[in-house]
Amino acid sequence: MKLTINGEEQQIPETVESVEQLLAHFNVAHKKSVVEKNGEILTKPEQKESLLNENDRLEIVHFVGGG
Amino acid sequence: MNDGRYSRQELFAPIGKKGQQSIEQKHAVIIGAGALGSSMAETLVRAGVGAVSIVDRDYVEHSNLNRQQLYTELDADNSTAKAAAAEARLLDINRHADIKAVVGEVDPSLLESFLPADIIIDALDNFETRMLVNDFACRQQIPFVYGACVGSYGLTYTILPGDTPCLHCLMEDIPMDGETCDTAGIIAPAVQMVSAHQAAEALKLLSGNEKDLRRTLLSFDVWKNEHRTMNLDKLKKQDCTSCGTKADYPYLQWESRSSLETLCGRDAVQIRPAKTAEASLGRLKEQHERLVRKSNSHLLVMEWEEKRIVLFADGRAIIHGETDKAKARKIYHQIVGG
Ligand SMILES: [Zn+2]
Repeated sequence: MKLTINGEEQQIPETVESVEQLLAHFNVAHKKSVVEKNGEILTKPEQKESLLNENDRLEIVHFVGGG
Repeated sequence: MNDGRYSRQELFAPIGKKGQQSIEQKHAVIIGAGALGSSMAETLVRAGVGAVSIVDRDYVEHSNLNRQQLYTELDADNSTAKAAAAEARLLDINRHADIKAVVGEVDPSLLESFLPADIIIDALDNFETRMLVNDFACRQQIPFVYGACVGSYGLTYTILPGDTPCLHCLMEDIPMDGETCDTAGIIAPAVQMVSAHQAAEALKLLSGNEKDLRRTLLSFDVWKNEHRTMNLDKLKKQDCTSCGTKADYPYLQWESRSSLETLCGRDAVQIRPAKTAEASLGRLKEQHERLVRKSNSHLLVMEWEEKRIVLFADGRAIIHGETDKAKARKIYHQIVGG
């Protein structure tokens, strides 16, 4: 499945069905992040429920602690 | 004070003379005097913010000098406490500024000592303290400007209690994220970018231009040439325990905080005694004369069995070269006793 993630086109295995699974796929599930799908911010429950479709645009931002 | 130093800021129409007068009557509290804290403090003091308070528990090391702009080689040579070095430099820049610098831990009573405050600037390097400050800002209804960076990446968000989501709305618990400036590195432009946006938001708030606040989460990577903003309004939780209608401010329960913590990626453990008995540095210096490598009024640096032990006047110690908490505690008791 083709997704645009942070402006970059990427091929993602079909086994990755939800946004939550996508975060796990990238090994960033443990990080605190906010995710926008097709221009809409997703709450935590929505990250679980929201299914991915071909050509979805995702923006993922991670919180960091340094400073 | 009228030596013309604020003339260019007054010429900037959105601030003007009126905005500048407002800025000069405000009190900004900066939590942390590392990279972001240095930059924020310098900018706000140069801008004429009437009072600036800054707190930090650490001391200057040579590895800070690539980005922590208030400090010099001499500060690193002398292991000067950051807050003390910051205060001296800030007064060199603007002797009219009312600077309150505290060498020590951020806890609720310290935060209360800073009141009344008009804005709280996040310049921390860890989430645990950030969540504490977030609770405090929510309880006191003080705008809190989150900022953080690592590597070439950074992000910032302005929290307006009662209006925007708070940090606790955005993350349910304290993240245990391994990536820190000490493991992933940090370059100064990432710091300056976060700080520039935090400072702009601060100037808007302090000059009475709330309407111009950004109101989005801004994130960027100055190396990968990325930049994005997101509106987070939807993530505000009505039942948030920090900013919701029935808030009980869980992170202000100071007792629940650990007194032993590994310092993010620094191969070091910090120990804070359960009772905040002040350590007598003078007595310890005499007692361990052969171990003492450096000392000043805020701290003692000792070397013992290939460990570097830094003891602070407030009773804390940082044990370098040790990441095992139990071993660090043992060393602390051997050196300090009690
Ligand atoms: Zn909240």
